Amino acid sequence: MIKQEEMKVINQKEIAQSIYELTLEGELVSEMSQPGQFVHIKTGNGFEPLLRRPISISSINPGKKQFTMIYRAEGKGTELLSQKEIEKSVDVLGPMGNGFPLNEAAAGSDTVLLVGGGIGVPPLYELSKRLKEKGITATHVLGFQAKEHVFYEDEFTKLGETYIVTADGSYGSQGFVTDVIRDLPKDFTVIYACGPTPMLRALEIEYGHKKLFLSLEERMGCGIGACFACVCHTADDPTGSSYKKVCSDGPVFRSGEVVI
Amino acid sequence: MKSLEIRLPGLELKNPIMPASGCFGFGREFSQFYDLSELGAIMIKATTPVPRFGNPTPRVAETSAGMLNAIGLQNPGLDKVIGEELPWLDSYDVPIIANIAGSQIDDYTEVARKISNAPNVKALELNISCPNVKEGGIAFGTDADVAKSVTRAVKEVSQVPVYVKLSPNVTNIVEIARAVEDGGADGLTMINTLLGMRLDLKTGKPILANGSGGLSGPAIKPVAIRMIHEVSQHVSIPIIGMGGITTVEDVIEFFYAGASAVAVGTANFVDPFICPKIIEELPAMLEKLGYDHISECTGRSWGKHEQIAYHRA
Repeated sequence: MIKQEEMKVINQKEIAQSIYELTLEGELVSEMSQPGQFVHIKTGNGFEPLLRRPISISSINPGKKQFTMIYRAEGKGTELLSQKEIEKSVDVLGPMGNGFPLNEAAAGSDTVLLVGGGIGVPPLYELSKRLKEKGITATHVLGFQAKEHVFYEDEFTKLGETYIVTADGSYGSQGFVTDVIRDLPKDFTVIYACGPTPMLRALEIEYGHKKLFLSLEERMGCGIGACFACVCHTADDPTGSSYKKVCSDGPVFRSGEVVI
Repeated sequence: MKSLEIRLPGLELKNPIMPASGCFGFGREFSQFYDLSELGAIMIKATTPVPRFGNPTPRVAETSAGMLNAIGLQNPGLDKVIGEELPWLDSYDVPIIANIAGSQIDDYTEVARKISNAPNVKALELNISCPNVKEGGIAFGTDADVAKSVTRAVKEVSQVPVYVKLSPNVTNIVEIARAVEDGGADGLTMINTLLGMRLDLKTGKPILANGSGGLSGPAIKPVAIRMIHEVSQHVSIPIIGMGGITTVEDVIEFFYAGASAVAVGTANFVDPFICPKIIEELPAMLEKLGYDHISECTGRSWGKHEQIAYHRA
């Protein structure tokens, strides 16, 4: 159930260039059930900025009633958010959307790959932890622009094999996530991915025949499905009037479900 | 709450607060947050004869104290709205104002004829002011003669009173308001969004895939207030005011300008609880300002209008 709450800032730090890790505490955490969901945040008090900002949940700690998100401060809203200090409150609406389906991967029989690009990496962290609890050790391929943007390498490495790739080659291998995946010796049966749309398209072209789940990004208005800002065509009716809303039907879709 | 009850053509409102069309879907998303029966009415999303997907994305862009949208009248079409959305809404004790749209007059009359038979549709809102579709929409609302014709055609087939939603993208809004009143309109709703555009800093091109879009939110409130102030003194039909309302103070200001009820639009996207919050705060605000009933606020700004210089071409 989606709730609105003034949540307390427990911790906030810059973990890579312009990348912030923010932990909030409140009752709303008890509603967070799936990895891959997001929260909708009012970053300022007045009309600047007016709209909320959708930010994905990177880890959930129900025992402490805390959750963590990782975001890039790159505009007015996220820059304001990055200035929130410990003990201050943040207006959160959430959790929103449908996350990654955990039950699509089975322990013992499936080989699971998680693919993240840039600020699409964070939700994979909670996903990988949940898979681990199910007895599945996932392989991670994480792409970033450059060395200064890389984050959470150690965290992912503790959960499973982790490969870092940067577009400029300043850290890890050079190229795209798809280059790394091609060279991996394993044959993956389930793939979960979150990142920029061109990365998701490339994955769909190469691995669309497998169980592939993609978390989409789109400009949003309300985040609850009312404003029709973030719609996409369904794959079976690519030019017709059928649609899915990224915010409330997604953001995670099975490959082949919608046109990306 | 007696101090909030309002009667308008076709509408018996328990309070004068309703969500604006296009900002509330058909209510389903908001029903998870509160009981829709708390609302004065609901203006449902524009309905066209056949389903519409709308415009490509990006469809929204933020602006200073506002937002641009170019959704493009996405809706499931008349049959589905009548068959699924309206029956679902009928489980709530709330009158529905059905926003109707189309690309030609026959579209409007087809939707009006059928949708006005639904038991919970108590009024129509004639959308001749959508800025985001290539045909119809705003083209019907910026020419007085055309606006009058489409109003008359819809009035002839509608079973319920017809409110006409006015576009602010005109030189002389009074002329349009008078024309639709002549055409038989039972009321006005105003204002729709203002045409606007935002450009991307890197590409230099419009952010919206549609190029331009409709500006809404607090940024447009003074424009709405001025237009309602002027129009309300030149027509004898009631006005449901809208345009950037986010607080109970804004509601009072719209009544002062000349509105008899108000709709909340963009604010629903920021705070899904905004309508019930305003409804709850309204009685205390009336008491604080010394009014026994909300209707006493309507038109408080009137009187010296002849001294106010409006700029006209």
